Amino acid sequence: MPEITEETVSHLANLARIALTPDEIAKLTGELSAIVHAVEAVNQVATPDVPATSHPIPMENVWRDDVVADQLTTEQALAGAPDHDGSRFRVTAILGEEH
Amino acid sequence: MAKDALLDFDKALEIFEPVIGLEVHIELSTKTKMFSSAPNIFGDDPNTAITPVCLGLPGSLPVVNKEAVRYSISLGLALGCEIAETCRFARKNYFYPDLAKNYQISQYDEPIAFDGELEVELDNGDIITVPIERAHMEEDAGKLTHVGGSTGRIQGAEYSLVDYNRAGVPLVEIVTRPIFGTEHRAGEVARAYVSTIRDIVRALGISEARMERGNLRCDANVSLRLRGAEKLGTRTETKNVNSLRSIERAIRYEIQRQAAILEKGGIITQETRHWHEDTGTTSPGRPKSDADDYRYFPEPDLLPIRTTRETVEELRALLPEPPAAQRRRLKAEWGFTDLDFQAIVNAGLLVEVRETIEAGAQPQAARKWWMGEVSRTANERGVEPSTLVTPEQVADLQSVIDEGIVNDKLAREVLVGLMAGEGSAREIIEARGLAVVSDDTALIAAIDDALLSQPDVLEKIREGKVQAAGAVIGAVMKAMGGKADAARVRELVIERAAAV
Repeated sequence: MPEITEETVSHLANLARIALTPDEIAKLTGELSAIVHAVEAVNQVATPDVPATSHPIPMENVWRDDVVADQLTTEQALAGAPDHDGSRFRVTAILGEEH
Repeated sequence: MAKDALLDFDKALEIFEPVIGLEVHIELSTKTKMFSSAPNIFGDDPNTAITPVCLGLPGSLPVVNKEAVRYSISLGLALGCEIAETCRFARKNYFYPDLAKNYQISQYDEPIAFDGELEVELDNGDIITVPIERAHMEEDAGKLTHVGGSTGRIQGAEYSLVDYNRAGVPLVEIVTRPIFGTEHRAGEVARAYVSTIRDIVRALGISEARMERGNLRCDANVSLRLRGAEKLGTRTETKNVNSLRSIERAIRYEIQRQAAILEKGGIITQETRHWHEDTGTTSPGRPKSDADDYRYFPEPDLLPIRTTRETVEELRALLPEPPAAQRRRLKAEWGFTDLDFQAIVNAGLLVEVRETIEAGAQPQAARKWWMGEVSRTANERGVEPSTLVTPEQVADLQSVIDEGIVNDKLAREVLVGLMAGEGSAREIIEARGLAVVSDDTALIAAIDDALLSQPDVLEKIREGKVQAAGAVIGAVMKAMGGKADAARVRELVIERAAAV
């Protein structure tokens, strides 16, 4: 289990576009370490014959038919936006990071 | 922007071996999105195809589109893949406003299809087998329009406008294994591969696969290694390649660019590069993030997909004929020469020609229109021929020729009208007054005039020298303003030569 360092926290904050002060980084480093160690405790209990699970309920193939429903109007879609131009959301430009 | 140094292509291949890998994204043409019941549409007004799921609104939850799963399985089977008995979705976390949730739902370690291979045919008929690593399901992202900054707006006015209509549209991403041994044909193999995939998804009816609309997108990975080396070189991934021709050019460019760096002892930066159609060059984008940085984890809002053997076999039975087999069959049925047929394939117009023939046109006529006037116009306008007219329209156009309503020359003007969206061939003929003169009385009057004004020609025709009729036909066509059926005029000229 990798240790959580201040570098790890800085890196994660950068990926999440969150600005942290040195104090916050120090605090979060301690908190995240505690969480990781708690998870590590679960790993010690797990044995090879227990498969990893992503969901607590044993269900599969929950899907829907290909039918249009639940549409919002443009006005509704933009209603909660901090800023828009009447048809599109307006956000701070972050150039060159298309995925 | 500094211009990249390029090494001569042949020289580059003398020193280095190119290894390519391709990632192709296919937008599925389902009625709704991958995880929401918003309509899956193209080109509508911004933010009109939206549900709360598309915006990642609190409390909204994704639900898988069953049809998209079936499409993905069909595609996987057509690529010779195994279909996973169970597979899961995963979150790919990144913070960028093209998706409102701050993550993309994708598949990571459990793709729905894996371990396939695809035979692709090159221009000269050689077959190359491309190994497929996986095909996985995911959702498309929204569209950003950047305003200000480089467009010359005042400082501080930079912002982006976001349209989420495309966010959540079902995608299948097909990833190849490294493709070795392509050598000087690296670009051609890539183009043929993408073209084959386009044929397959169209035959399956699961995507429009129009590159200019972004229904089908290709990212090209290129790396070079010294001849004889085991280890793969550092690769770059070129994005924004929006036509079959660009794929070939972009790969060739990257080979030459990387070779120039490596030959001088430099190192290649692992990065995303953007292809620029206008200049035929690539420029660096963001440094490639490690998969670790995306912090993939199983999507907790969705349950696993289990695919039974019965479903797989049901869908396998519905698969269309593989493109290579279909080509052999069509070539025989149409009676084309190797050269004519290969030209259609290379132009990427096989589907268009086939659909035109299915719509009623004779094979040679279908070939002539698509490879001739339509392609020529498309080249002039820098667009794909399929964006100009539909196969049904071309068949319609040919039918008015076959019925003798217009001749070949007038038909070209009808085609111009069809491409301009002026209605059906008959409507255009009516509106533009293009029909040939089918009234023999008018033709005979013009023929008699022409014959009598050229007595020497008339004499020759009477003596049985029918090739002399050409001069009269020309004069009649001119008199009729080109609106006559030349074959009919010819018949009448011979007839009238004996009568006048």
